[in-house]
Amino acid sequence: MSAVRVRGLRKRYGTHEAVRGIDFDIRAGEVFGLLGPNGAGKTTTVEILEGYRDRDGGEVEVLGEDPQRAGGPWRERVGVVLQSSSLYPLLTVRESLRLFGGYYARPRDAAEVIEIVGLGEKADDYVRTLSGGQKRRLDLGLALVGNPELIFLDEPTTGFDPGARRTAWETIRNLRSLGTTILLTTHYLDEAEQLADRVAVLRDGEIVREGSPAELTGGSGETEIRYRLNGDDVVERTADPTLRLNELTGAALARGERLEGLEVRRPTLEEIYLELTGE
Amino acid sequence: MRLFFHEVRAQQRLFWRNREAAFFTFFLPVIFFLIFGAVYGNDYIKKEHVKGSHFLEAGMIGYGVAATCFAGLAISMVVRREAGILKRVRATPLPPLAYVGAVLASTFVVFLIEAAIIILIGRFLFSVGVPNRLLSLLAVLVLGAVCFAAMGLGITGLVRSSEGSSAVINAVYLPMAIISGTFFTPKNYPGFLKAIANVLPLTHFTKLTRDVMLHDAHFWADGSAIAVVALWGAIGLVGAIRGFTWQPRSA
Repeated sequence: MSAVRVRGLRKRYGTHEAVRGIDFDIRAGEVFGLLGPNGAGKTTTVEILEGYRDRDGGEVEVLGEDPQRAGGPWRERVGVVLQSSSLYPLLTVRESLRLFGGYYARPRDAAEVIEIVGLGEKADDYVRTLSGGQKRRLDLGLALVGNPELIFLDEPTTGFDPGARRTAWETIRNLRSLGTTILLTTHYLDEAEQLADRVAVLRDGEIVREGSPAELTGGSGETEIRYRLNGDDVVERTADPTLRLNELTGAALARGERLEGLEVRRPTLEEIYLELTGE
Repeated sequence: MRLFFHEVRAQQRLFWRNREAAFFTFFLPVIFFLIFGAVYGNDYIKKEHVKGSHFLEAGMIGYGVAATCFAGLAISMVVRREAGILKRVRATPLPPLAYVGAVLASTFVVFLIEAAIIILIGRFLFSVGVPNRLLSLLAVLVLGAVCFAAMGLGITGLVRSSEGSSAVINAVYLPMAIISGTFFTPKNYPGFLKAIANVLPLTHFTKLTRDVMLHDAHFWADGSAIAVVALWGAIGLVGAIRGFTWQPRSA
């Protein structure tokens, strides 16, 4: 069953086409990564799925409903983390969770959410005293408190230090193991690689590649072979590394030489991403 | 209904915890009443045929409605809009009207408490009698609160950023409060100021309050003053419907 189904989605702002006819599906229970540089159309897409923006064309179904027309009962099932933190500075962490939990018919207990997002030591402190990373975790907590089936995370770790990102990743993995479907936008490759079951790479409003992180790296076909020959570094790309290696090593052995610094590697997701997004 | 009261409680907590805002919108009219009451409370204002403290009591309630229901409400809604809080609330099952309704109800509660304190200070410090027509007074206060709150929501559409909100809104409501004769009688003003005062809603709200409090008038006694206040409220409402947004305006 698809939690999200998008067909031919289009959105323009004035003359600028922000999203140019994209298709994708998110299966229930998976973490789907929408990857792309700033301005690729990630946030526009997510905000259409969240019901904030109307689309100009195409079909969108989120949990079986059109977000443009969906009402309160649909919102019960959806959690949202916006791109920037959106909290009342003068409530405590616990009060914020109780306030937002009160909007839902079957909320999670505030204490349980505090546990999940790891804000135990800050539970009774004002939001304005939290660090940036702690605020983001509370944003995540507010998205969880209604016990949603689907959560939208728009760049949940932008601006985090590496330690805080690891903690946030751990939290997102916990959510996934609870069965929550997650749509994650990010411009960090490693984040998508670490968290997402499947990734769509967005560039200038179009999906240029889609698949699991392993498929994306495997799918490019080319393998890179590096070695040193007569003191010069040589880099080759080949679609058939078995054959090419056999030729290279055979020729070297026939000459009674060794290929110095021989390296065979698949391109990383990062390299493919940079290639795809033209950065 | 449960959601509405849940939200009103939260809004009350948020209001009183924001000490700076509570000072400017809730306490300042009370403090001005004490200060100006001490300065000219015992003088007789010939042109108004009342004692200074009597005049000032109704004036400070007028200043209070502008500070609380107009300026305070508008500034806090702009700040919340720009902080993304309104946008975030929209993603929850809380109906938008329940949220706005709760914010307004909470604001009205604050204003009514403020008016009650001003009346009690008048009674015990400046020996101004408690008004006889309390129901008429309540009706006038609610009319003013609703209309000024509508203008407060209406002006949010004209303010683009959090940083600018206090500057823009104070620039509107402070001159209005002075020109409308909440501190001094406009009857001594030069002609052009009187002309401006005559079209401002606060002038007419203050007159309605004064008539009920000092002259035992009925709420409905001055239809044209009610009409001016209501007209401004309607303008505010149209502005709110057209200009109020849940999404941040800057960025």
